Amino acid sequence: MQATSRDFKDNAHQAIKDEQLQQALSGLPTGFAAARARARENLPEFEQLRDIGRDIKDHTLAHLDLYLAEFERRAIAAGSQVHWAATAADARRIIADICIKADAKLVAKGKSMISEEIALNEHLIKQGMEVAETDLGEYLIQLRGETPSHIIAPAIHLTRDQIEADFRKAHDRLPAERLLNEPEQMVAEARAILRQKFLAADVGITGANFLIAETGSTVIVTNEGNGDLTQSLAGTHIVIASIEKVVPTLEDASTILRLLARSATGQETATYTTFSTGPRRNGDPDGPGHCHVVILDNGRSEMLAGAFRDVLRCIRCGACMNHCPVYNAIGGHAYGWVYPGPIGAVLTPSLIGVREAGELPNASTFCGRCEAVCPMRIPLPKLMRKLREREYGDGLTPRSFLIGLKAWAWFARHPRLYQMGANLVLPLMARMGARRGAFKWLPFAAGWTSYRDLPSPQGRTFQKLWAQQLQQDQDQEQEQEQEQDQVQQQNRLLARQPPPEQQASTGEAGSHGEAS
Amino acid sequence: MSKTSAKASAASSDARHAILGRIKKSLAQSPDGGRGAATQTDAQRLATVKARLAAHEVQSTLQRVAKSPAQLVALFRSFLEGQSASVIDVAKPADIAAAIAQYLRENNLPASLRMGDDGYLAAIDWSSEANLTGRYGAATDSDAVGLSHALAGVAETGTLFLASGADNPVTINFMPATHIIVIRQTDIVGSYEMAWDRIRKAYGDNTMPRTVNMISGPSRTGDIAGVLVRGAHGPKDICVIIVKDD
Repeated sequence: MQATSRDFKDNAHQAIKDEQLQQALSGLPTGFAAARARARENLPEFEQLRDIGRDIKDHTLAHLDLYLAEFERRAIAAGSQVHWAATAADARRIIADICIKADAKLVAKGKSMISEEIALNEHLIKQGMEVAETDLGEYLIQLRGETPSHIIAPAIHLTRDQIEADFRKAHDRLPAERLLNEPEQMVAEARAILRQKFLAADVGITGANFLIAETGSTVIVTNEGNGDLTQSLAGTHIVIASIEKVVPTLEDASTILRLLARSATGQETATYTTFSTGPRRNGDPDGPGHCHVVILDNGRSEMLAGAFRDVLRCIRCGACMNHCPVYNAIGGHAYGWVYPGPIGAVLTPSLIGVREAGELPNASTFCGRCEAVCPMRIPLPKLMRKLREREYGDGLTPRSFLIGLKAWAWFARHPRLYQMGANLVLPLMARMGARRGAFKWLPFAAGWTSYRDLPSPQGRTFQKLWAQQLQQDQDQEQEQEQEQDQVQQQNRLLARQPPPEQQASTGEAGSHGEAS
Repeated sequence: MSKTSAKASAASSDARHAILGRIKKSLAQSPDGGRGAATQTDAQRLATVKARLAAHEVQSTLQRVAKSPAQLVALFRSFLEGQSASVIDVAKPADIAAAIAQYLRENNLPASLRMGDDGYLAAIDWSSEANLTGRYGAATDSDAVGLSHALAGVAETGTLFLASGADNPVTINFMPATHIIVIRQTDIVGSYEMAWDRIRKAYGDNTMPRTVNMISGPSRTGDIAGVLVRGAHGPKDICVIIVKDD
C-alpha cells in the first residue's frame, strides 16, 4: 500500500470536513471504550493480567530467534511448509508463487493486517487472480477500493446508507426492489455471496494472532467465522504472520487471549479462536491439503535493538485508537498507511521510515490514554516523543517551526532581552485585544487562529506575576513568624497559670460516635 | 523438486538465516543487552527456552473459576446464554436424541443432521426418533443443522473446545446455520489451561489435533455501522446440550 502519511495534515483537514465520516465516527467513543471499561470492571485481575502479558512478550522477544526456530521445527513436523520473508516484496513473491503452483484462480482471504502491510491483494490481482476479502468489514472496503480505517473494525468509517448504496451497485444481479436498509438484510446478502466465494476458492489466506512455538500451531481470532471457512474449504491454506506473533506455549496464548477481546471490543472472549496445526491428516474428511506459513520480518528484527522493541509487544487490539481523541476526530485513513491511531504513529515510522511518516508522532495530544489502556503496556507517548526527537535530529522538522523554535531559544538564553520584549509586546496585545478579549487573526499564527481565537493577554507577564507572588509569600511568612512569636509569648505567660478545665475531649468523643 | 522451487527454497533459507541472525544481533546490541542475549551463551539461552516450553506453566488464573464443579457448570451456562446460545440439560446419554428432535421441532428446522461419528456421537441411540436422519462426513452448503461433540467446555468465558479429526469434520462447525454441540458435564472445567491439559492427555504433548476450535456462541459481526448481527458467516444459532450423567 502506497503510504500517504507525509500528507497527514492535509488528510486530517479533509477528514474533519467529511460529514459522512464524522457521522460514522460519532458512535465510536461510546461504543468500544465503554465496552472495554465494562469488561475491565468484570475482571478484578485485569491490571495484573496486563503485567503478565507484558512479561510474556518481553521474555519471548528476548529469545525471539529461538522461539521462531522452535515454531518452525514443530510446524514442519505437523506437515506445514515454513517460508521466511525479509521484506514485503519477498513475502508477496513467496505467496504468489504458492498460489500459482496451486493453479489458483480465486483466493479467499481472512482479515490480515500483515497482508495490507505487504499490499498483497494488488500483487495477486496483477498476476491474474481474483481476491475475495471475506471479513465483512474488509469486503465492504474492498467493494469501494479503500483500505481499512481501523485494525479490528476496518469499515468503521462507513454509514449504513453508504453500505446500502455499495451493495446495490455491486450486487446488480439481485432484484433492485429488494429491501436493504436493515443491517440484518445486508449481512444476509453478503453471507450468501461470500459463501459461494469460500466454496469456489482454490487458496485461503489468513493472518495469525499467534504462532505457538510449543506446537507449531497458528491461531486466528474472529467473531464471524470467516477465517475458518477461508482455511477449511480451499485446497491450500497460507498463513502470513510477522515474526513478533510467536509465543512459547498454549498457556502463554491463553493469558494474552484473556486481554485481547476485552481490550478490543469489550467482549469476554471473541466468538471463535482457532488453533491450526498442519494440513489435512490421514482420514480427515475436510481441511486444506497443503499448509504454508510465511514468516515476515519487514524491519521488525531491527526494532529489537532499541526502545522500539516495546512496540513489538502489540497484539493489534485497537484499544489505543478507540481511546485516542485524535483518532476519534479524524478516523484511520488520515494516518495514510496500514496502522492508524497511536500504535500507527509509532509503528509506521519504524517500518517505512521517519522521512515518510514523520508527521504521525505529532498527531497526539499527549493525553496518555493510549498507554493507560494498552493491554501490553506499550509506552506509546514516550515513543512518540522519541520519534519527534529523531525527526528533529534528522532535520525533518518543518522550516517555519525550526525558525520559530530557534528565535525562541535565543531569547530564552537571554532572559533580560526576553523580559524586555515580553514587557513591550504583551501590554500592547492586551490593549489591542481588550475590546473582544481575544484575537481572530494574528500575523504568523494562522495555524492557531484559523480554528480558534487566541485569548488576549491580561497585560502582565508570567515573570512579573511570579515576582509579585514571591513578594506576597515573603510578606505572609513574615506575618506568620510574627504571629508565632506572639503565640509563644502568650503560651509562656499561660504556663505560669493553672491548667484550664478539660471539656473539649468529651465533645470530640461524642462526634466520633455519631459518625460511626 | 522443480528448478524454480529449489531456487525459491534456497532464497527462503537464506532469508531465514538472515532474519534469525539479525534478531540475535539486535538483541545483543540493545541497551538492556536483550535480557541476556548479549551475555549468555547460545546453549544457556536455548536451555531457558526449552525449559519454558516443557513446563506449560499456567501464567494466570481468574478468581471467577475458583468454584465447585456445579457452580462452574452454572457459570459456563450463563456465559453461553449471555452470548445468545441456547443451553439444554439432559440427564443421561439416552435422552440426547429426544432433546435434539424437540429442539429441531420447536425451531422449525429440518429433521436432518450433518454430524461427526466420534465415539461419543456414534454411541447415541436414535431409535426413539425414527424421523430424524443423519449424514456423516464433511458439511456441504445445503446442510441446515450440524451436530458435534465438544472435547471440553471452559467456564471462565462459556467456551467450547472442539477438536477436528477423521470423525469430527471441522466444516460442521461453520457451514450449517444451526450448530448443535453435545458436551458431557464432567468435561466442563474452569480455565482454558485445564482444557489444554485435557487435549495434551488425549493427543500427547506437542501433538495438537489439526484444528482446535474454541467456540463461544453464534457467529456475529458488528461491521455494518456497529450494529451487532448474528450469523455473519457461521451459524446463526448455537444449541449446547449438557449431558449430566455418563
